[in-house]
Formats: sequence, C-alpha cells, structure tokens
Amino acid sequence: MRDLLLLTGVFAGSLAIGYLLIARVPVRLHTPLMSMTNAISAVTILGAVLLFAVDTTLAQKVCGALALALAAFNVVGGFAITDRMLRMFRRHHG
Amino acid sequence: MDSTWQLLIDGLIILILIIGMWRFSSPERAASGNALAALGLLLALGVVWFSHTIQERALVVAAILAGAAAGGSVAWRVNMLQIPAMVAFQHGAGSLAACITSFVELTRDRVEWVAVSRISGILGLIVGAAAFSGSIVAGVKLAGLARQTPTVLPQHGRVHAALVASVAVCGGVAWCCAGSALLGVALLLVGLAILWGVVFAMRVGGADMPVLISFLNAATGLAAALCGVTIQNRLLIACGAFVAASGTVLTHAMCVAMNRHVFRVFTGTAAAPNAAPAAVTDVPPPVGTTGVPEKVIVIPGYGMALAHAQFEAAQLARRLQDLGREVRFAIHPIAGRMPGHMHVLLAEAEVDSDLLFDLPEINDQFAQTDLVLIVGACDVVNPAAIHAKGTPISGMPILAAHEARQVIVCNLEKTILLLGDAKATLGDLLARLDGST
Repeated sequence: MRDLLLLTGVFAGSLAIGYLLIARVPVRLHTPLMSMTNAISAVTILGAVLLFAVDTTLAQKVCGALALALAAFNVVGGFAITDRMLRMFRRHHG
Repeated sequence: MDSTWQLLIDGLIILILIIGMWRFSSPERAASGNALAALGLLLALGVVWFSHTIQERALVVAAILAGAAAGGSVAWRVNMLQIPAMVAFQHGAGSLAACITSFVELTRDRVEWVAVSRISGILGLIVGAAAFSGSIVAGVKLAGLARQTPTVLPQHGRVHAALVASVAVCGGVAWCCAGSALLGVALLLVGLAILWGVVFAMRVGGADMPVLISFLNAATGLAAALCGVTIQNRLLIACGAFVAASGTVLTHAMCVAMNRHVFRVFTGTAAAPNAAPAAVTDVPPPVGTTGVPEKVIVIPGYGMALAHAQFEAAQLARRLQDLGREVRFAIHPIAGRMPGHMHVLLAEAEVDSDLLFDLPEINDQFAQTDLVLIVGACDVVNPAAIHAKGTPISGMPILAAHEARQVIVCNLEKTILLLGDAKATLGDLLARLDGST
C-alpha cells in the first residue's frame, strides 16, 4: 500500500513538474522539445532490460530483444535528431 | 531493491532529467539540456544493468546496439522536412516497445500480482498498441507514402465506437483471466487496440497533423508510465509522466491555435473541401512589384517545406535587408506538420531567430506592411476562417495578411488565382461556361 502511494505520488508529481517546465518552453523550440521528450519516453528500455532479470522462455527472449531494439532505436534516434536540430538553432541564434 | 540508495539514485536521475527539460526555455541552452537528458537515461540504464543480475547479456547488448545503430543512422540522414515523419515513426517504436514489455510482464506467471499492476499492465497494453499503430499511420502519411487527406470509412464514427467498446470488453475479460487463457485474450486485445489506433488516426489529415502527433506524444508517455506501474519502476513512471505532460501541453497549444476542441479535431468528419481547378487562363499577371517595398512580412507554410524553399526565402530576406528594408517572418502556430516545424526549417536556412514572430506578436503589424509574401501557406491566411461558417477552419485565428498593401502568394503552378470578390468571380466563371457551350 505504501508502495502504491509512492508510485501514485511519483506519477502525479512528475505530471505537475512536467507541465510547469513544458509551459515555459518557447514556441520555436516545440519541435526539438517533442523530439527530446519522444526520446525520453523510450525509457521503457529499462523495462525491457528488466525482462531479462528472471528466467525467460524462447518467446519471451524474442519479445524482449524486439522491445530492446525498438526502444534503443527510439532513444538514440530521438536524442540524435534533437541534437542536430538544436545545433542549427545555436549556430545562428547565439 | 527498494533501499535508500536506490531511492537516491532514482531521485538524482529524475533531477537530471528535470534540469535537462528546464534548459529548454532558451535556444542557446537547449542543446545542453538534450545532452543532460541523454546522460540521465544512460545513467538509468547503467543502474539497472549493474543492480540486477541480467541474464542473456550478449543478446541484450546485441539488441540494443542493433536498435541504436538503426536509430542513429536514420537520425543523421533525415532532412528537416522529414522530421515530423521521423518523430512519428519513433513514437511508434517507443510505443511498441512499451506494449511488448507490458505484454511479457502481464502474461508471466507471477504469484505476487498486485491488482494495480495488473490493471495498468492491461491499460499499458492497450495504450501502447493503439499509439503504435496510430503513429505508424501518421508516419506513413507524413512521409508521403499515403495521401495526407483524411481517410473516412463508411460509418466511421460507429466503427470507431464499436472498436472502443470491444477493446473495453476484451480488457475486462483479460482482467478475469489467468494462465494460458490470459495469453490468448491479451493477444486479441493487442490486435483490437492496433486496429483502434489505425481507425483513429486515418481520419486525421493534413492541417490537423500537428494535433495528432502531439496527442500521440502524450499517449507514448502514458504507455511508458503504465508500463512503469506494472513493473513498479519509479523512473519509468516519472519519465512517462513528463512526456505525457509535454504531449498534453502541445496538444492543447495546437487546439488553441486552431480554436477547436481536441474532440472536434479527432471526430470532425468535415474533410477539407477540394477546390475544383479553374479553367480560365487569361488572368492578369501577378501583382506588379513596382519598386522595392519598405516593410515586408514573409509567411511560410507547409508548401515551403515541401518545395525546400526555405533557403530561397532566407536568401530573399537577406537581400532585402542588405537594401535596408525591414523583413520579418510571421509564423502561425499550426503552420507545417508538427508544433514548431517552421522554426526548425528556417533555422536550417540560417534565418536569424530575431526575425521570427508568432501570431499574437505580429498580427497588428500587417496594416502597416507594404508587402506580404506567402510561401506555400494557405489555411493560416485564409480570411474564410473569419467570415465563413461551417468550414474546418471557421473560427481559427489567422495571420491578417489581407490587411497589407500588397500580397504575393507562392503556390503550385496549377493554382490560378482569381482576384476579386468570390461571388462576382464565380458568377463570371459561370457566364464564361455558359458562353462556351
């Protein structure tokens, strides 16, 4: 029960902090912002790694590997493309 | 696992992510914010790797490297026009990963299942699968692999409602099942949710894409957070909630920009009317540009992106500035295919950000402007949004280009602009048609 409260608190707190932070982001950075938060959402890669923390069947191994590859595609691609965009902004907006 | 150390490390990682997002409040600091967020996730991965006994390590590393190589190589090759499609496909990949992870956890035989975990596992499965297929549909449309216009099925509203109902029923059944029965029901649930995502996204097209892509961003975050509740992982929940908040803020911003309720955007059956091509060729030549105007405002739209014309627009702006003229860019919030799309394209073309103005900042300036240059924009300057009722853009705030002294519109070659009052012009067309038969 205590755990549940903590988890709910983390969710609600993060939602509120996220809202406050995002509301401050200027319109011109909305595309890089979405691209970065998109990369952050690939945090499920942690969940995919944890699938392998216990014994796995063959089907679970296949599923796990697929989830890992997809999440890695998302996280690396997301941060890389955001970085490319922001470099263009910084070059001429500094 | 739930030691004080663990709590501290999780807190530290969340703090790094918060600082990273906080740095997005200015363009100069955003790049370091992005790097910080990446560092935060890398740290989180390291913590999971070393604090658990992960099996099949070779397989795990190989899968991560394969995905990372693919993601990196695609990210370095896409151009700025393809960014919305790229982001949509990445949303799809992330959602599918969340869906698969929830699926495996849910169908595993576990003794200590907490009710909340099961519920969020089922919800995570649904949201992940629907966000996956919705993102793929959006990505296919944005990449130009399918028409960007809305695709409406016969009885679309009812098909959609039926799918939602069957997903709900199937989710309820999954809650009651266990063991091998659960596996079958969960697979069926994933299939239904995928279908739901397709039917949901196919109806959204063209100018409404920024709303859809923001909404999918929020859905992807929610899928990650639900996956986090299922496996009781604080980091997943926190990160997922950040992303859900961001997607929600952006969705709201896009809807405000269009002055439409999000519900209306996603259920609106009003397809954008296709204007019939005019068959008149003796049109007066485009506005004579006598002399060089003093004050110029450029309005970019998705057409500029499609034509890669941002470089020429930037060149033109620089040339006018060299001549001592005042040039500004007016950017409508929904111009392009995702929030902030025009800003990225103009940054690519090295336009100084001080020249870019948002709608509220510049809209009262048009009346004092000598020349407005509209590059591939349409809806965002259409005065019909003010006057006409019942169109998809009715009531949307527009850039008041019509108030300027002169307007140049760059559009496709097949476009013929007929100047004058629409009623009189159409009457004239009718008369010509009658005269020719």
